[in-house]
Amino acid sequence: MKGSTLIKIASQSILKNKMRTMLTMLGIVIGVGAVIVMVAIGQGAQSQIQEQINTLGTNMIVVTPGSSRQGGVSRGAQSYNRLTIKDSEKIKRESLFVSAVSPVVFSRTQVIGGQGNWRTTINGVSTDYQIIRNWDMKYGRFFDQSELRQMRRVMVLGHTVAENLFPDEDPVGLTVQVRNVPVEIIGVLEPKGQTASGNDQDDVVFAPYTTVQTRLSGWSRIFQILASTPSSRDIPAAQEEIRAIMRESHGISRFAEDGFTVRNQNDLAEAEQGTTEVMTLLLAAIASISLLVGGIGIMNIMLVSVTERTREIGIRMAIGARGRDVLTQFLVESIVMSVLGGLIGIGIGFAGSSILSQLTGWNTVTSPTTIMIALAFSAGVGIFFGFYPARKAAALNPIEALRHE
Amino acid sequence: MEHDIVMRTQGLTKVYTMGKTEVHALQGIDLTIDRGEMIAIVGASGSGKSTLMNIIGCLDYPTSGTYYLDGVHLENLSRNELADIRNSKIGFVFQGFNLLSRTTALENVELPLLYDRSKRKIAIRKTAEEALERVGLGDRMDHEPNELSGGQQQRVAIARALVTNPSILLADEPTGNLDSKTSVEVLTLFQELHSQGMTVLLITHESDVAHCTQRIIELRDGKIIHDKHIQQEMADMTTSTEAPASLDPDLDS
Ligand SMILES: Nc1ncnc2c1ncn2[C@@H]1O[C@H](COP(=O)(O)OP(=O)(O)O)[C@@H](O)[C@H]1O
Ligand SMILES: [Mg+2]
Repeated sequence: MKGSTLIKIASQSILKNKMRTMLTMLGIVIGVGAVIVMVAIGQGAQSQIQEQINTLGTNMIVVTPGSSRQGGVSRGAQSYNRLTIKDSEKIKRESLFVSAVSPVVFSRTQVIGGQGNWRTTINGVSTDYQIIRNWDMKYGRFFDQSELRQMRRVMVLGHTVAENLFPDEDPVGLTVQVRNVPVEIIGVLEPKGQTASGNDQDDVVFAPYTTVQTRLSGWSRIFQILASTPSSRDIPAAQEEIRAIMRESHGISRFAEDGFTVRNQNDLAEAEQGTTEVMTLLLAAIASISLLVGGIGIMNIMLVSVTERTREIGIRMAIGARGRDVLTQFLVESIVMSVLGGLIGIGIGFAGSSILSQLTGWNTVTSPTTIMIALAFSAGVGIFFGFYPARKAAALNPIEALRHE
Repeated sequence: MEHDIVMRTQGLTKVYTMGKTEVHALQGIDLTIDRGEMIAIVGASGSGKSTLMNIIGCLDYPTSGTYYLDGVHLENLSRNELADIRNSKIGFVFQGFNLLSRTTALENVELPLLYDRSKRKIAIRKTAEEALERVGLGDRMDHEPNELSGGQQQRVAIARALVTNPSILLADEPTGNLDSKTSVEVLTLFQELHSQGMTVLLITHESDVAHCTQRIIELRDGKIIHDKHIQQEMADMTTSTEAPASLDPDLDS
């Protein structure tokens, strides 16, 4: 039989039983809708985390003191190598892959000025820091090489600090007090927002590390060394290179542990990414169960309808339908219903996702891939759960089917 | 006179097995039908009329015997081949109309054409409309069965049987569900089709036989006990209707 004829027969039958069709589709509509919403929530969370990771910087590599734990298990005594300015300078001088390097000296402190005082973090960094973090200025400028060399008392404010001390005002050129030392504000950074773990990245001030070490805190410990490469392709090579330079710089013998850790920003994010992936999968799995239930609903109604329509099947066979025609008719009916249900479910899922994100402020992402998968899945449900009833119908004997009341 | 044979059976038997009991519904039917004949099959309830009709209509297999339709020996046929023969060569009319509900008269009549496998080009809609006009329902094409009277429904069923231009039109008690006035109308329609050249084989009550046929076959216990041509034996016919034992009205509807 021609495909168009088949579709005609199946769609006649579907349209003639609107109530039955609607009830059958309902399960699929709800199932697909639920899958779309759940996956949208999961992917939304993932993309939000990815966004937050991207705010960390571009192609960033982080060197921290102390060996990392391998697979969560500490291998004997942790070796620990302090980071030094010498390390940072050596990396900058010798590395082929790394284009920017900055040590990070870190201290908690009170900044006084403008509207009062504000407790925040002061980071002593090099001029490369702005490049590594890919952080634009809102007002003024970052400090330069000569200010670094001369240990000038200059400071760049994070957005949160600027907002709290100098609301709605460009503070460039004003002076604040840090540990009773007057420091000139030369710039304010654009806001970066929260990290994935919820820390405010803008609650911070930056000064040349030389200034922080000598004049502002006397604290000379280097908390971490940041570096970045021009291209993400170079990251693994750069990590290896930094490790070698660091081992040489510290004179670590061949079999000794590093005593420091070199990671890239994706390593930092992996743990959190992993959690949301699991969450997305879990949500999708729960939603898939409702899709499965919808499929069983289709099978149920198709089975009932085979019994209900035994006489119809008998009539069709008596006037020349082959078993295969009846099989395909039932299968097409089931697929059309589930795909139609799937399409409505996709519509409802999209609407539901956007309503949900408006109500809760959650980030939701709906992608063409999700649509394709949902459609393929509902067609699959139609074939899978439609086949058994269809085969049952096709195997009927015409005389017995005709005699059925 | 040259005989153009539409169908011929020889020694046709049918045995229904139900658990341990066997019902010999047909016990050796030899029947030859010429093209253009109109034949009534009569017989008491349970005499095997429907069984014979179902086998002739390729709805069922005989237990033994041979069956030629349009010169083709039908044996060892698959379900699919039987379906194709039903579609192209047989037009079947049932007692209970057997129309698809919630489906217009036109769509019902189109149905056999949708299952046509002969690859010939058919204008489905036009052919179906013509068939409906032939049975006098040109003005009822968009009506669904529940909007039609019993007689009209049976006319739709006859149009559906005709639409593929079959070799033989079979009708198993086509008037069984109709009142006597409508029955006459439907039988007259069969008569008309017969006069247009259609071969018609119908099972009917002997009370209606006088209205319609040239040849009457009477079955009893799965055997043909009378096979007479009415023009020659009009007198016999009258006497046999008065014989209550052989020609009981059918009670199995
Ligand atoms: N499917 C069947 N299974 C068992 N016995 C049957 C079946 N169909 C008909 N019979 C029996 O075969 C005999 C002939 O039946 P049928 O052809 O329906 O007679 P009629 O149509 O003349 O009333 C009856 O005895 C009936 O009980
Ligand atoms: Mg009968």
